[in-house]
Amino acid sequence: MVYDSATAVETDTIIRTENTSIYYGDFKAVSGVNLDIYRNKVTAFIGPSGCGKSTVLRCFNRTNDLIPGCRVEGRVTFHGEDLYSKDIDPVQVRRRIGMVFQKPNPFPKSVYDNIAYGARINRYPGNMDELVERSLRRASLWDDVKDKLQASGLSLSGGQQQRLCIARAIAVEPEVVLMDEPCSALDPISTLKIEELMNDLKQLYTIIIVTHNMQQATRVADYTAFYNAQEAKGGKMGYLVEVLPTDELFNNPKEQSTKDYVTGRFG
Amino acid sequence: MSSFAGESQRFTKQMISKRNSPERIADQGFFWLTLVMAASVALLLIWIGLQIFTAAFPAISTYGLGFLTSTTWNPVSNVYGLLPQIYGTLVSALVALLIAVPLGVGVAVFLSEDFIPYTLRDAISMGIELIAAIPSVVLGLWGIFVFVPFMRPFYTFLNSTLGWIPLFAGSPRGFSLLTLSLVLSVMIMPIIISISRGTLNQLPPELRLGAMALGATRWETILRVLIPAGLSGIIGSVMLALGRAMGETMVAAMLVGNANRLSASLLDPGSTIASLIASQFAEAGRVQVQVLMYAGLVLMFMTLVINIVAEMIIKKFQNIE
Ligand SMILES: Nc1ncnc2c1ncn2[C@@H]1O[C@H](COP(=O)(O)OP(=O)(O)OP(=O)(O)O)[C@@H](O)[C@H]1O
Ligand SMILES: [Mg+2]
Repeated sequence: MVYDSATAVETDTIIRTENTSIYYGDFKAVSGVNLDIYRNKVTAFIGPSGCGKSTVLRCFNRTNDLIPGCRVEGRVTFHGEDLYSKDIDPVQVRRRIGMVFQKPNPFPKSVYDNIAYGARINRYPGNMDELVERSLRRASLWDDVKDKLQASGLSLSGGQQQRLCIARAIAVEPEVVLMDEPCSALDPISTLKIEELMNDLKQLYTIIIVTHNMQQATRVADYTAFYNAQEAKGGKMGYLVEVLPTDELFNNPKEQSTKDYVTGRFG
Repeated sequence: MSSFAGESQRFTKQMISKRNSPERIADQGFFWLTLVMAASVALLLIWIGLQIFTAAFPAISTYGLGFLTSTTWNPVSNVYGLLPQIYGTLVSALVALLIAVPLGVGVAVFLSEDFIPYTLRDAISMGIELIAAIPSVVLGLWGIFVFVPFMRPFYTFLNSTLGWIPLFAGSPRGFSLLTLSLVLSVMIMPIIISISRGTLNQLPPELRLGAMALGATRWETILRVLIPAGLSGIIGSVMLALGRAMGETMVAAMLVGNANRLSASLLDPGSTIASLIASQFAEAGRVQVQVLMYAGLVLMFMTLVINIVAEMIIKKFQNIE
């Protein structure tokens, strides 16, 4: 499947933030983000530590609800629907927008049950064995684990565990997969595997990935968003500097601070 | 200046050569000291076991294994059987667990979630630990003068509606296996709560996040991820509680009714091995003491088996994690 960047798919926005600010208690961590995430694309978030990349990512599937005191202002829409309106069930949001964390976090269950867990709570009506196999194949983990589906998920290597977590996330069949530095604890070969995986997965899912590795962003992302932080009362306040097609952001950014950051002349 | 430098050099040299002797001797001495302490504990255990076995030996050779299945207890004609006490010990402990496990695990879950502010949670668990600190004789007194009168109407009701079930048959009198079980459940609940809560609190927060991010509700997360992940600790706490319930003496002797006959009913007075020993040792004759020693040996064996099973279960679940 070949994607041409000029097709109509490109303008198909799946998540949009409109002047979104995120607070932890009184502290405004991220201010005024306006961002469109396109369907079936990989969007990378880059920027210095503490500028709010994870914070923005978490607000897309409402995992920030689990942090006491965290509050979102402005609008975040998914297919045009306000994710923070009163009648939205965050549990349903998380079923459609999955997440993979920085540290692999398989459940202390068998490989099989790790995958089946999400499907079971979603009352998956189909054949569970098929779903497990399909998800593991999509995460290119099947060949590694097909003979030890009943072994504990924790007995796998770090890279395998992370792919297990990806398989677990996609077994729920979400539309969007959020990945917060998914490769930061992995060796280069596992990292490469997961990057290849992202290229395959974007045909089925929309992917947003936070990364500190700029080469990684250029390798996997169609779009890249650069965040920065400025001094404000109570600490540093993050904001979105610009979001552009990846090539453009790295070679021909509009903002000087982006240029400084991507060329390494920056904190 | 140069003489000072020389002195400091000599000082350093001395430090290195000297470091060897006294510290190493202390180090090795400490090793032997702890070894002796550990060995003496093991020896003490073996010694007590042997003493009890020797003291019980005449009874063991007279009554044999039939002692465990016979139901008569008659010191006058020297006829002894322990079955009612074995039944009472096991049943009262199991009923106590039946009450304390769901309640205890429930409270542990409640206290490990953020339903209420942290300070309040800590205050509650402090209160729970205070329950564990109540001396059992005080609980027994409370049982006799407060709890039993309070529960009597309930026992009568249970007997009149469910009396057709052997467990609730008989004529309820207040002092019974059920009374013992209820008070035991109060005694063992703090053990279950504090160990289970500790286990749940120590689970990595990523587990909860991972489950929630898959679209699990809070209860799905608790029931299908957190409790299974903490199962070894929870089972460990239950086994500890079971051992405590089976060995509890004062409360049993004060509340169980001390009836040395076999009745299936929870509402009838019964007895446990511990309560039997506690209520009879004072006026026991020579043969009877031997028999009580035998009974004690049986109780030790039962708790030993439970502890071994507990270890095995905990190991098995730890392997899964
Ligand atoms: N749970 C939290 N409670 C309070 N403040 C938080 C919390 N998480 C993040 N913050 C604050 O919000 C700001 C942004 O944090 P965030 O984790 O989003 O940064 P980040 O861009 O992901 O950084 P990194 O690259 O180091 O992961 C920081 O100032 C941080 O201190
Ligand atoms: Mg982060």
